Amino acid sequence: MSQNAITIESLEENLKVLARQRAIYSVLFIGAIIFIVVSGVGVANQYNAGSFTRGVENFFDYPVDLFSDAFEAGWGWFGIVLSFIPALFETFSAAVFSTVVGASIALILCPLATINLSPNQVTVQIVRRTFDILRSFPELVFALILLYLMGKSIVPAIIAVTLHTIGAMGKLFSEAIENIDMKPVDGLKSVGASWYQIICFAVYPQVLPLVLSYSLLRLEINVRASTILGFVGAGGIGAYLTASLQWRYGDEVLAIMFLLVATITALDYFSSYVRHKLIGKISA
Amino acid sequence: MSITVDDRGVSFQEIYQSVEKKAYYQKLITLVSIGGILLYFVFSIIQFDLGSISRKWSPDRASRLFLDTYAHKDHVVMNWKDTSKISVNFEGDYRYQYPSFPEWLERIGDGKDIAILTFNSGSKAIFRDDKIIFEQSKSEDRKFIFGIGNNGKPYAEAYDNDGNEKDLPNWIRVTESKVEVRPSLYERIQIYKRKVEVHRYEFGWKYFWFDFFSPLKDYSLPEALSLIFSNERIEPDKTNFELVFSEISDNEQWMHGTVLFSILETLLMAVLGTLLASLLGLPLAFLAAYNITPFKFVRFSLRRLFDMLRGIDMIIWCLIFVRSFGPGLFTGIFAIAFTDTGTLGKLMSEAIENADNKQQEGVKSTGASTILQHRFGIIPQIMPVFISQSLYYLESNTRGAVILGAMGAGGIGLQLLGAIRTGNDFENVGYMAVLIVLLVTVMDQMSAFLRRFLIGIEKN
Repeated sequence: MSQNAITIESLEENLKVLARQRAIYSVLFIGAIIFIVVSGVGVANQYNAGSFTRGVENFFDYPVDLFSDAFEAGWGWFGIVLSFIPALFETFSAAVFSTVVGASIALILCPLATINLSPNQVTVQIVRRTFDILRSFPELVFALILLYLMGKSIVPAIIAVTLHTIGAMGKLFSEAIENIDMKPVDGLKSVGASWYQIICFAVYPQVLPLVLSYSLLRLEINVRASTILGFVGAGGIGAYLTASLQWRYGDEVLAIMFLLVATITALDYFSSYVRHKLIGKISA
Repeated sequence: MSITVDDRGVSFQEIYQSVEKKAYYQKLITLVSIGGILLYFVFSIIQFDLGSISRKWSPDRASRLFLDTYAHKDHVVMNWKDTSKISVNFEGDYRYQYPSFPEWLERIGDGKDIAILTFNSGSKAIFRDDKIIFEQSKSEDRKFIFGIGNNGKPYAEAYDNDGNEKDLPNWIRVTESKVEVRPSLYERIQIYKRKVEVHRYEFGWKYFWFDFFSPLKDYSLPEALSLIFSNERIEPDKTNFELVFSEISDNEQWMHGTVLFSILETLLMAVLGTLLASLLGLPLAFLAAYNITPFKFVRFSLRRLFDMLRGIDMIIWCLIFVRSFGPGLFTGIFAIAFTDTGTLGKLMSEAIENADNKQQEGVKSTGASTILQHRFGIIPQIMPVFISQSLYYLESNTRGAVILGAMGAGGIGLQLLGAIRTGNDFENVGYMAVLIVLLVTVMDQMSAFLRRFLIGIEKN
């Protein structure tokens, strides 16, 4: 018999060893998860201002308060909803503006950050590291500092969100560009096109659908981000939310929450619809 | 000239024309969309009053703030009434008064001069009974005299070496009640009617490891660490090991212990929130998938539940939870868990529905029960998606937890908000910002590593 022959017995033996190994790994993994959950909840309970059990009991109090306030307002509640639409529009257009500016800057910079297109490798590293830094800075940090420097307005929020958008989109776009079909690029090179012409006519047309779909996703994220920044002082609907929360106007709080949820859900549906259309176009 | 015709009988000229027409339209569309975007920019610049940036933005304040993040300063204050007492305070805090003069401030016993302060650049400020003489190291032909005139108002004068009076440079501002001198970022002299205040900046974070009142404040970190291994106790009732670490973590100014604990809180929020979301999301996703659950009512209601959890944003959940659980970790944990249960549930139920049913049939053919069919037919297929999605959410939730913290869930976000609101602890702001970026980067790297390790996708 040759050495390579596999007997049923040896196979079974192997299988048993593997099964035991797997079982040990699974037990360890489950043990680790249980440990994290139990000890984490313990620590959290210890340092929480309120207690867990009381929190669970009171969980529905606040929503009930909100709805009863809104119910008391009666038909007037819809008027309140309408009255917040200008503020919502401010936040929304801030998000649109930062998305458009951020995506444009990222789109202009990202050919410099891809290995297959960039004029030299030093630029690739510099632009990539810039993207990394911009991305890993939470916009909250930057916005808080700018708010301190420039006073309360929506401009710091716009700048902070734009910078974060540049970092996040720059990375996505440059990854998209790295995966493009290089044939059109070679074709244009062969007829003597300049670098600028190659980017415009061989690279951008290939990534445009992806760019649009990423930008739509980003818009959704940025609406949330600018609402939050409004909450810490950058104006827009977030500022009204803080005020209403502090004054405990339940009907106004509910109106703003309703507007936010409606906007984000609408954007969600709209962007997934457009993305499906765009991606269908790509695959067709 | 013969007209070339292709096999359908269309002349090349016509083809050329149609192609050119198409190209023309495409160009037009591009130009119009770029023009539209530019118009939108103009509209937005007006709408948001972006022109106000230049008015509101003061480079002076910004550079001072930036300076504060990486440098520290000492205040030297002298009262005109009692010039024998000169107080030197770290960061101008009345509690941090140096017991004796530091080496850059020299007291002179006799003569007219009281003390000589040497700045980092080599410039000197000489304190006298009635005036301050400032000599710059760079331009030796000029010296400045600041003091209080007979009318009780502060004045500033500049002289060259021959004693001729010269014009004041633009970094000296004289007002009715104050003379403000700022020759460089690192030097600042303020003359008031009652006192003179000199700020001397130095690069670096002083007292970073041990605070002003610590018995170890004169030790550097390596020195302090080597103390651990020596037998002589600095404080008799504590071992050196205990002393060094308690002094570091109780540092009054930098609050290393508190900051580190808040970082851990934020991390715990993200980890626990994501873990709860995945533990809840996966079973619910099975119940919401049509190839697993035959009951339409259950599926429909679960789908709507996912939509609700997902649609109500994390910040709104945070606001609701902060009312019931109080400001603290639970608020953040549940806000993250609720939102992501919705997202993960929706994603995973779609993944389960898209799973290949051949494996399940294979398991079924061996006579396995329904549960075993799902265990060996479906779970192995969706596990990679599940793990990688959970890890992605862990990554983004780390950022989210920082923000939730600032909205009332505690952790490093709240600490950062507090440090910025006080308005003068910018070294702490810088320190925390660096720690947050580190935390986010480490979590990114770790989740990428775990993804590779658990799923085994090779790079490229």
